[in-house]
Amino acid sequence: MSYLKIDRVVKSFTNGTKVTEVLSDIRLTIEKGEFVSIIGHSGCGKSTLLNLIGGLTQVTTGAIKLEGREVNAPGPDRAVVFQNHSLLPWLSVYDNVKLAVTKVFGSTKTKAERHDWIIRNLDLVQMTHAADKRPGEISGGMRQRVGIARALAIEPKILLLDEPFGALDALTRAHLQDAVMDIHARLGNTMIMITHDIDEAVLLADRVVMMTNGPAATIGEILTVPLPRPRDRIALASHPDYVRAREGVLRFLYERHRFVEAAE
Amino acid sequence: MTVTALKRADVAEIAPTQGAAKVLPLPTTTRAAPAWGARIATFLAQNVAPPAVILTILLAIWQVAASGAGSGLPTPLMVWEQSYELIVSPFFVYGTQDIGLGWRVLTSLERVAYGFGLASVVGVLIGAVIGQSVWMMRGLDPIFQVLRTVPPLAWLPISLAAFMDSGPSAIFVIFITAIWPIIINTAAGVRAIPQDYRNVAAVLCLNQVEFFFKIMIPSAAPYIFSGLRIGVGLSWLAIVAAEMLTGGVGIGFFIWDAWNSSRLSDIIVALVYIGITGFVLDRFVGWFGRVVSRGTAV
Repeated sequence: MSYLKIDRVVKSFTNGTKVTEVLSDIRLTIEKGEFVSIIGHSGCGKSTLLNLIGGLTQVTTGAIKLEGREVNAPGPDRAVVFQNHSLLPWLSVYDNVKLAVTKVFGSTKTKAERHDWIIRNLDLVQMTHAADKRPGEISGGMRQRVGIARALAIEPKILLLDEPFGALDALTRAHLQDAVMDIHARLGNTMIMITHDIDEAVLLADRVVMMTNGPAATIGEILTVPLPRPRDRIALASHPDYVRAREGVLRFLYERHRFVEAAE
Repeated sequence: MTVTALKRADVAEIAPTQGAAKVLPLPTTTRAAPAWGARIATFLAQNVAPPAVILTILLAIWQVAASGAGSGLPTPLMVWEQSYELIVSPFFVYGTQDIGLGWRVLTSLERVAYGFGLASVVGVLIGAVIGQSVWMMRGLDPIFQVLRTVPPLAWLPISLAAFMDSGPSAIFVIFITAIWPIIINTAAGVRAIPQDYRNVAAVLCLNQVEFFFKIMIPSAAPYIFSGLRIGVGLSWLAIVAAEMLTGGVGIGFFIWDAWNSSRLSDIIVALVYIGITGFVLDRFVGWFGRVVSRGTAV
């Protein structure tokens, strides 16, 4: 049995009498420990799909099952790293992670264990040095690191990343991509990442899920990236498999499913 | 010489000749911190002198205007002479009804503390409910919009009838006056909580109580404190009026009493006390908000 199974999911939004189908017939199975990136033009419903998996919105028809159990509400088994970090500005970095840890491990870990756990997760993203700073006092990349630490700290079965590096500059983004790959290698989490950066999608993922344009977007193609891990961005830059995978995604996005603005 | 050529020439000049760049220390300018005396003098000149000058001018105008033969109001000098004791010793006690204005202000402040404290707690709770629930907002908002325009003193007869005692009635009037801005501001603050924070709460499965204390209150704090600040100002307005009618030992009743015994200069002193106390209350709530919300509230 597959780990995460998205089975014939349809999502439509109703506005008065007008029903808009955003996602139609999404079928995807993801194995444990797999890294899947989802790519598509903006407005195609990528984030909606992630929200459905996260349980933040409900499916209209179909089902999403994690280890055979249906997902229809948010839960600590699926952590989300939001695009704009969503740290609480009135809490320090440490307290932001602590809020999550206390909620999830409040009854199972002692206070000292929880403290060690918070520090360990901040360590994982190299943010221990700024534990006492507030989100307003650290850079965008650092905030996103803390967001990842907070998500990892609740030991989710699946980590959902919603364009986590979209707002960062290219260099910081590369650093964080490496950090995520490193965490994935060390912890073996199942990760699903929304992105619209082709390099990012191919570099990080085992499979790239390409979505067609909305409305009623669906999965157009799934590309397996046959590159061995650990992956090194410099060595890969000219690797034939990498170049081929990248070209495949490019062709999908710009030849077969060109973004038509008139449809908006 | 073209600009590019100029740049090249510069580069050639700056380029390190021995492999490593030469590190020049920045010139350090040590400016001695101004002496204490100088700093106090600056503060006085900037913050104390202007109001003092203006106040002197205003008092002089008042002195001239009220010196006429048929003037009904005392001049500042007359106030100083007639109410000398009230001005210089706020905390004398000569009898149950003959006490310094400081004591009277404290009595009034105690009532405000009860009424305003109650209004803060209830107002924030109701505001949170209204901000969270669209249905409650639709139901309660029109009622509140009507009730909040009722002047404080209009509530007094009703509250006297309900409580049968002047003490609780005055406190109720404070409560009902202060609560509206607190409710309305809290509700606005709760509605303005970014969806991101709600998503965080949802992912972490925070329950209602945790959401209230960990997300809602800190996030809405700037709104809540501006509501509290308006509320405390209104409370102070209402207590003086309410005490005029209910009696007792508050500052409001003192004014009424002084009017009945034609001690106009005492009233003027009382007005100054009330004004300064109101100012301090406002600043105190503002300061408290800044401390509690760590600088996010005004």
